[in-house]
Amino acid sequence: MAILKRRLGLLLFVFMSLFAAQTYAEETHDAFDKGVESLQAGKLKKVASGVSAMIASEDERAEPLLAALLNGELYLHKKQKKLVYLVNKTDEGLEVKSINEGFDSEIVGKRVVKRVPINNNLRREIKAYLAAKNLNHEKSSVREKAVQSLLPELDDISLGLIKQRLTQESNPDVIFLLETAVSLSELESDDQYTKLKSIEVLSNSLEPAVRNGLTALEQSDDTLVKTAATKALAKIQDKAEMYGFIEKVFFGLSLGSVLVLAAIGLAITFGVMGCINMAHGELIMIGAYTTYVIQLLMPNSIGMSLLVAVPAAFLVSGIVGIAIERGVIQFLKGRPLETLLATFGVSLILQQAVRSIFSPLNRSVETPEWMSGSIEFNPILSITLNRLYIIIFCLAVVALLFFVLKKTVLGLQVRAVSQNRDMARAMGVRSEWVDALTFGLGSGIAGVAGVALSQLTNVGPNLGQSYIIDSFMVVVFGGVGNLWGTLVAGMSLGVANKMLEPVSGAVLAKIIMLVFIILFIQKKPRGLFPQKGRAAEG
Amino acid sequence: MKENYTMQQDQAVFNRSTQIFLMVLAAVTALVVICNQVFAPDSALHIPTYTVTLLGKYLTFALLAVAIDLIWGYLGILSLGHGAFFALGGYAMGMYLMRQIGDRGVYGDPILPDFMVFLNWNELPWFWLGFDQFWFAMLMVVLAPGLLAYVFGWLAFRSRVTGVYLSIITQALTFALMLAFYRNEMGFGGNNGLTDFKDLLGFDLQSDITRISLFVASAIALAFGYIACRFIVSSKLGRVSMAIRDAESRTRFIGYRVENVKLWIWTFSAALAGIAGALYVPQVGIINPNEFSPLNSIEMVVWVALGGRATLYGAVIGAIIVNYAKTYFTGVLPEVWLFALGGLFVLTTILLPKGVAGLMSRKGATA
Repeated sequence: MAILKRRLGLLLFVFMSLFAAQTYAEETHDAFDKGVESLQAGKLKKVASGVSAMIASEDERAEPLLAALLNGELYLHKKQKKLVYLVNKTDEGLEVKSINEGFDSEIVGKRVVKRVPINNNLRREIKAYLAAKNLNHEKSSVREKAVQSLLPELDDISLGLIKQRLTQESNPDVIFLLETAVSLSELESDDQYTKLKSIEVLSNSLEPAVRNGLTALEQSDDTLVKTAATKALAKIQDKAEMYGFIEKVFFGLSLGSVLVLAAIGLAITFGVMGCINMAHGELIMIGAYTTYVIQLLMPNSIGMSLLVAVPAAFLVSGIVGIAIERGVIQFLKGRPLETLLATFGVSLILQQAVRSIFSPLNRSVETPEWMSGSIEFNPILSITLNRLYIIIFCLAVVALLFFVLKKTVLGLQVRAVSQNRDMARAMGVRSEWVDALTFGLGSGIAGVAGVALSQLTNVGPNLGQSYIIDSFMVVVFGGVGNLWGTLVAGMSLGVANKMLEPVSGAVLAKIIMLVFIILFIQKKPRGLFPQKGRAAEG
Repeated sequence: MKENYTMQQDQAVFNRSTQIFLMVLAAVTALVVICNQVFAPDSALHIPTYTVTLLGKYLTFALLAVAIDLIWGYLGILSLGHGAFFALGGYAMGMYLMRQIGDRGVYGDPILPDFMVFLNWNELPWFWLGFDQFWFAMLMVVLAPGLLAYVFGWLAFRSRVTGVYLSIITQALTFALMLAFYRNEMGFGGNNGLTDFKDLLGFDLQSDITRISLFVASAIALAFGYIACRFIVSSKLGRVSMAIRDAESRTRFIGYRVENVKLWIWTFSAALAGIAGALYVPQVGIINPNEFSPLNSIEMVVWVALGGRATLYGAVIGAIIVNYAKTYFTGVLPEVWLFALGGLFVLTTILLPKGVAGLMSRKGATA
């Protein structure tokens, strides 16, 4: 009996609590809807009460709505008496979308909608609310962002929230940011000791707000504070410069990777066959267009299409390259200057062919999701993912080539032919066959470079031409037929170019690099790493 | 025996091909002038002034081609940057013509060219001084490309940069200059270049008589340039230069100063290209950085390749054929032109290694 009673009680309890939860949900629901209703009135006073109601409701839907209101993207549809989000401003009118889910966006005239009014008090209130929400978010990256956004305009409310969070926080990065915020506020305290202490904490931070705060302190009457602030600023400046330098090196390496990718195929063909392939740039272009076509073929999986494009571009460019070798170059053995002219003719034909097939306009290749975005190390240094991938990709390609040339039969024969063609033939190497395959390999690498380039620039008929001279410079600088030289030359040219750019401007930097190489060739006519022995005389 | 005979023939400045070439040039020039001046515009034999200017343009290209043939055909240097020397000569002339505009420009400034007023410059940059004098401008037409070529050649030949490497750095040279001239800060009009010319030595550039005079001047320049090249080629210097072309190391070991021979012929060729540029600019009415583009320079080389190297007259024939084809195709079928030019590159190098001139002499030999 007692058991039954207890069970009944439990049942009752469950039932009641369910009921209570339902009424609670209804209550918050009501509060949110009331808030929306108030916002719809379009009067500032009503909006204010609506905002407070929404904040009190703790409804999930309130957050995007308030954020939109804060950014001035919340509009009132006058005819439908409904709230809408602004999606896009076009010439025809405003593209808006209902705040309720499940509606498509539509374009309406400017007169039909009206922005929901807001004033500074409301802005502050919403900001504090959103900050509090984000500060206690379960993801540490969101919390970090929240503190960072609060730093430039700290006030009592946000400071209170930050201090409260500091007691619960466990993530060291977030703790550091929170402490930075607290110290930043303490810069304004009257106590000298607190000031000095907070300056010391702040000297480890790279946030722009911190720099502004410290710069303001440099005007202080207190000499002790003043020198501490100057010292802290110098420390921050040093760090900033160091990260700036790292970033420049990174940009330089990514530019260098592009150069290496574009040039390394040329280095192989030049080294083995002693002829310059002026159509190399167009083989890069063909690789880029292959990427474009493959993306058209599989529009639903952009991420996959790029992976498919790499071998496809290798094959397409490689086959075109072999065709060029069989069709043109084999007839011009031993006449490098004529080869140069003939392959230039081929490059013109390829360019015009692409222009006729794909139109002369530039095509853009979409960047897959896993390649866009960036890694942020600190407020100054952030590394974009596509550049990082290109560096990795370039190194992988070079490593693969090294493997092919050093560890395979083909590589052995290629090296033999490039060192002494006659002797290699005498030993039974089919030099014609090696020529064709080498040319195919070099051209295929050009196609792969085209895949990488399609992620950085638009794909157009002139894509190849803009890289061909740079690739020559890399090959000539590094020493012909030398993969290692090409790698070093490409990377150092890329880094040097990016180092010069902020000083001299992009165009002048390029001119300086060209003049440098012209002068360098005078000193070392065979490049950084010249071939040694009899082969060098060829 | 026969070889001996041709060698003796070649040693004369005015050998048979030169005589024929000069006579044909004189006859065509005279004919064009007569057809333009004597016959009425509605006559079938009348040549419009537009065509005369077009022919004048071809003649300047021919002079440029002769300059390229001198170093490629007789010295073995494939320059992919001769467009740079051509354009520098053109810019020197263009600067003179700009100064001649005076206060007739859009902004009416008596000294500053329009683009400088537009850039808010207050005074003429130092390198524009003196270009109001015709003699100074003419000196610069020769000196600017000549000096650049001298410095470049001195560096390159002394350190024995040869073959493909030399071709590539000449291309880098013209590419660097193109980038530089595209910059507004350089003071050469940026990507618009120099244009809107009014008159030359007081003669209106739009008038028929000036245009015909320029055509005749181009023909005379071509004739003198040709004779000068013949003079070099048939002299002892020319013999040495051909030896360098065929076996550079051997020539050096015999005791010739290879780099000096190369340097002087190279510099002379650049100056000749500059003169061609100076005659080109008043006839087309514009000079802009596009003239520096590597594509242009490489196209010039194909003129010589098509015409036939080491003949000089072959270069003239090649320049005229290719440019006539270009004018024709870009007018009628613009999209075919690059196919045609590309095909020309491939076919001449594979099938016609000696060019049209080789074809002609082979015919002469069998006949």
